[in-house]
Amino acid sequence: HQPDNTAFTQQRLPAWQPLLSASIALPLFFCAGLAFIGLGLGLFYSSNGIKELEYDYTGNPGTGNCSACALADQDRAPPLRCSCAWYFSLRELFPGPVYLYYELTNFYQNNRRYSVSRDDTQLSGLPSALRHPANECAPYQRRASGLPIAPCGAIANSLFNDSFSLWHQRQPGGPYVEVPLDRTGIAWWTDCHVKFRNPPLVNGSLALAFQGTAPPPNWPRPVYELSPDPNNTGFINQDFVVWMRTAALPTFRKLYARIRQGNYSTGLPRGAYLVNITYNYPVRAFGGHKLIVFSNISWMGGKNPFLGIAYLVVGSLCILMGFVMLVVYIRYQDQNDEDEDAE
Amino acid sequence: EQVRYLQANSRELNSTFGYPNNTIKTSRYSVFNFLPLNLFEQFQRLANAYFLILLFLQLIPQISPLAWYTTVIPLMVVLSITAVKDAIDDVKRHQNDNHVNNRSVLVVMNGRIKEDKWMNIQVGDIIKLKNNQPVTADVLLLSSSEPYGLTYIETAELDGETNLKVKQSISVTSNLEDNLGLLSAFDGKVRCESPNNKLDKFTGILTFKGKNYTLDHDKLLLRGCIIRNTDWCYGLVIYTGPDTKLMQNCEKSTFKRTHMDHLLNVLVLWIFLFLGGMCFILAIGHGIWENKKGYYFQDFLPWEEYVSSSVVSAILTFWSYFIILNTMVPISLYVSVEIIRLGNSCYINWDRKMYYAPKNTPAQARTTTLNEELGQVKYVFSDKTGTLTQNIMIFNKCSINGTIYGRGYDKNGQRVEVSEETEKVDFSYNKLADPKFSFYDNTLVEAMKKGDHWVHLFFLSLSLCHTVMSEEKVEGKLVYQAQSPDEGALVTAARNFGFVFRSRTSETIMVVEMGETKVYQLLAILDFSNVRKRMSVIVRTPEDRVMLFCKGADTILCQLLHPSCRSLRDVTMDHLDDFAFEGLRTLMVAYREVDNAFYQAWSKKHSEACLSLENREDKMSDVYEEMEKDLMLLGATAIEDKLQDGVPETITILNKAKIKIWVLTGDKQETAVNIAYACNIFEEEMDGIFIVEGKNDETVRQELRLARNKMKPESLLESDPVNTYLNTKPQMPFRIPEEVPNGKYGLIINGYSLAYALEGNLELELLRTVCMCKGVICCRMTPLQKAQVVELVKRYKKVVTLAIGDGANDVSMIKAAHIGVGITGQEGMQAMLNSDYAISQFRYLQRLLLVHGRWSYNRMCKFLSYFFYKNFAFTLMHFWYAFFSGFSAQTVYDTWFITFYNLVYTSLPVLSLSLFDQDVNETWSLRFPELYDPGQHNLYFNKKEFVKCLVRGIYSSFVLFFIPMRTIHNSVHSDGKEISDYQSFSLVVQYCT
Repeated sequence: HQPDNTAFTQQRLPAWQPLLSASIALPLFFCAGLAFIGLGLGLFYSSNGIKELEYDYTGNPGTGNCSACALADQDRAPPLRCSCAWYFSLRELFPGPVYLYYELTNFYQNNRRYSVSRDDTQLSGLPSALRHPANECAPYQRRASGLPIAPCGAIANSLFNDSFSLWHQRQPGGPYVEVPLDRTGIAWWTDCHVKFRNPPLVNGSLALAFQGTAPPPNWPRPVYELSPDPNNTGFINQDFVVWMRTAALPTFRKLYARIRQGNYSTGLPRGAYLVNITYNYPVRAFGGHKLIVFSNISWMGGKNPFLGIAYLVVGSLCILMGFVMLVVYIRYQDQNDEDEDAE
Repeated sequence: EQVRYLQANSRELNSTFGYPNNTIKTSRYSVFNFLPLNLFEQFQRLANAYFLILLFLQLIPQISPLAWYTTVIPLMVVLSITAVKDAIDDVKRHQNDNHVNNRSVLVVMNGRIKEDKWMNIQVGDIIKLKNNQPVTADVLLLSSSEPYGLTYIETAELDGETNLKVKQSISVTSNLEDNLGLLSAFDGKVRCESPNNKLDKFTGILTFKGKNYTLDHDKLLLRGCIIRNTDWCYGLVIYTGPDTKLMQNCEKSTFKRTHMDHLLNVLVLWIFLFLGGMCFILAIGHGIWENKKGYYFQDFLPWEEYVSSSVVSAILTFWSYFIILNTMVPISLYVSVEIIRLGNSCYINWDRKMYYAPKNTPAQARTTTLNEELGQVKYVFSDKTGTLTQNIMIFNKCSINGTIYGRGYDKNGQRVEVSEETEKVDFSYNKLADPKFSFYDNTLVEAMKKGDHWVHLFFLSLSLCHTVMSEEKVEGKLVYQAQSPDEGALVTAARNFGFVFRSRTSETIMVVEMGETKVYQLLAILDFSNVRKRMSVIVRTPEDRVMLFCKGADTILCQLLHPSCRSLRDVTMDHLDDFAFEGLRTLMVAYREVDNAFYQAWSKKHSEACLSLENREDKMSDVYEEMEKDLMLLGATAIEDKLQDGVPETITILNKAKIKIWVLTGDKQETAVNIAYACNIFEEEMDGIFIVEGKNDETVRQELRLARNKMKPESLLESDPVNTYLNTKPQMPFRIPEEVPNGKYGLIINGYSLAYALEGNLELELLRTVCMCKGVICCRMTPLQKAQVVELVKRYKKVVTLAIGDGANDVSMIKAAHIGVGITGQEGMQAMLNSDYAISQFRYLQRLLLVHGRWSYNRMCKFLSYFFYKNFAFTLMHFWYAFFSGFSAQTVYDTWFITFYNLVYTSLPVLSLSLFDQDVNETWSLRFPELYDPGQHNLYFNKKEFVKCLVRGIYSSFVLFFIPMRTIHNSVHSDGKEISDYQSFSLVVQYCT
């Protein structure tokens, strides 16, 4: 039984082994370097073209008029409605479309115990899961009374509940006009159409569907009253959905609203502005900060110069290495020639 | 059970001893115990046990950050692959067992013949075997269809030898013939030794009708043999089922492990420590975090009830990270290693360039666990006969009564070298001559025809003194079945010169002497053994003279000669030296005419010795010695054993690859040295060749020191680093470093001196001297010494050794070496059956080592580097992420990704790398044997390389983690929705990985 004579058994499969000679490697390095630098420049400039305006309204003592709310927040028993405001003015048009974010720092949404403390089947609207939240939700699984919590878990319980309104003063000394904030379309489409569903209505009423459940302890009102809009309440409330998509890092931004209506579709015109903040959310206890951010975006998304810089660095390194290798190559090529001559 | 008693045809009596029946069981599992037993066996492997523990840890919800299936699925896959493999093997064994146990055999029962299954045969039964049937159990031959109770058997399954062997029953039982009445009335009692695994040893006594008869292995048909050329025979069952010698030999062979396996175990331990260290760091980090931040974050994330302080939490986190980071010790590592080795073994089996067409044998990787060691071999221990040479023996020259015959002469009577053109001797006068035989010296034939007395006697002794069997299927066409090729060559030579051995029975030998048929009565055969190194026959000639013919090794025989032939002895010894110088194998032939009365007396002693149960062998050899003395020298034979094809070239290439080749042979020094020169182990331009032949401790030591003094004088000084090292009396497993001599040297040592050198404190002396030599010849070696030499090098040198041989005498060395290579050759299959790799020609060794070995080694190293690197890079991401997730044992990846990372996502590149990678193709690796060097020093994967992998893994994971992290930090999609959430992040990082 002679062994088969195939390319596989005789280990003669065709193979390609690149020979990295100088004439191939050097142009490769320069090309790659140039491409990276070009890409990096593009990313860097478009990132730099993005305008951002942010304001820390945590209210640490002596930082604006939210301090009072922050102080009041210290001994918070029932959350009191405290309002504060941030005044700013724009010298020129803030080009649109403008997005309004809130940013939290030092908030560990990615903590393992925090991020597992939810019940995705409950959030997908399954009636059985609604009344039997998963064990991961503990200690926000059931109220002391035994009622199941909907939505259960630490994430839902810690829902961000500050609210903002934006006012524009067109002429100095004139009246502040409210800028319309589009609070819809801030969550991922898949999230609020697939992952998050309300339980089936009972007698046409969402409230009845949630009968027999209790809201999370921190919530002042039940989940079906998050918004008066029936398409934006319950589990598919967009603020809620945005919050439930936990952040990967302890400093994170979440979209609050888009500004794209009326006169403001092209951006925020010059003038004085006022953001009215309903201050509810406590972060000072664990050293966190709350920020409000206005930003516009470009083709590559939001402001983030890092990627551009990274490309620039790698591209320059490529070119530098290319030159070093070129020098080495030329020197040793001469030597080789001499050796050959000597022979 | 010290002694076995049994009585024929008496099941009642025999059943009281509780002998097993003839069922054999080679399977390991049954349907019911397969699962528990197999799992138990598998969990004895460290890695599997580790993952089981991990699984239990994961079942504790308080600490488990990963779903239980992340471990279960890979573990199940790995376990089930192994289990399925084991199950298939075992099913095959079951089928085989069933088939064998249910074969039918004829049993004599109460005067009738009954058919029964093999498994129902009991000790003491009498069974009937027919031609070409396998033997059912170990049976005592009672009678057969052939005269004198002769039975021919083939023992291929037992020892691989395909020549026929003859067994003969004792005459009292052969008289039973096929008389069923007598057979079933036969009530002989047998007392014999307890079951053992010695194939060629059996002692027992048959008591029948008040008389004792000795039994030896010549009367025993072993299970596994096949009856040939015998119509029927009857036998008494002695050993059954598991007691048979065949089954007793089926012990598990010792499991060889490679250096790489040991290294892997050490590295896995290192990884454990590293893992523990990381977990510890992270647990501390967690404690600090919980203390500084987590405590105040309790509004949103309260501590669990059982967590009383950050310390408790940290302890739990330690275990959580232990689970998360478990991918550092990849479960699929061992499976992948097995798959790669299997694949590379298949390449060896498939290689057409190691396929030997004349014998239709491809190379064979009999173990699949040693491949990468083939790429690291530093010492090759080679047998000579059959390994370097072809072991096809050709009767080349002889010296008869002081005259050399066999040199080539041209027409003018001038001596010439024998070549193709030299005229061959015409044997046409002899109708029975073997046409393939060729001889170049006509003077011998002339002497033969003239009727020279000595020449006749010489060839008569060659035609009588042997154990060859003849077969004559067609009238005049003789085929000889010889157990050793030397004997075959001698008998064939005698046949061609006119002394044709025609046939034999147990009591006669028929010889056709120059056309005249004569029958010699065979009185006794004095067997050959490794100790005696000679064999003799005693015959009664047709003229009623008792003659002893003896042939054997010259060293032994010349001491037994009669003083009157001293001058002839000296001449013959000169001739023998000439023969040996030409690399020929020599034997001395002598005879003795024995006085009839002396023979009768001796014969009595002989049969007494035969009957003794204890120390029979010692007694026999004493008796033999009494007979084999005062011999008259006849002459000597010289047999040529040609080198195999390509041996010198192979050795040159292996030498270039810095592989040292030692020849360990049982032959005499001159022959061995000659072969060594012929195949380039010794070269003419060597700086010196030392011969160690001291007969006591002190001389051997001096000779070794002298040799070392010449090769490297400073190695004898106290200040030499090796000496200083040895003087510190290091702990036992210590290694002697490589020492470089100042030139090329060779060394010859004979077995006698080696026995001293291997003892006590001389062995280091020996090793240091010998290892500095380029070529080493050890001659006159016993099989045990061969193994001792291999063990010596293995013990004190950190190198891979390879032993290659073809005969049963090489088995010990093949088993001792790291890699045993068997050559499937003339001398049976013993070596091959015990080897790890079997090839059919020595020259394939270069391909096995330089091509397959090198590739296997490179592939394994690349695989390990890559595998560890990728797992480090993969796992360490969790470490970096810990700093941003509050050390909370949050994973970076999706659980399913972790589950299938090694199993699916990264298995293909790894496998294709380690099965198809060729850094240089085979032509270059054979043309530049220097490429083999890195393997010998294990440069491609060692602890240093491993640390490099670790560092690279840390670097990669760092880049792979922080670039996506910075990129995704606060980044938003182009529709303004933020994408810095956990899910997107883990996806991005997964793609990066």
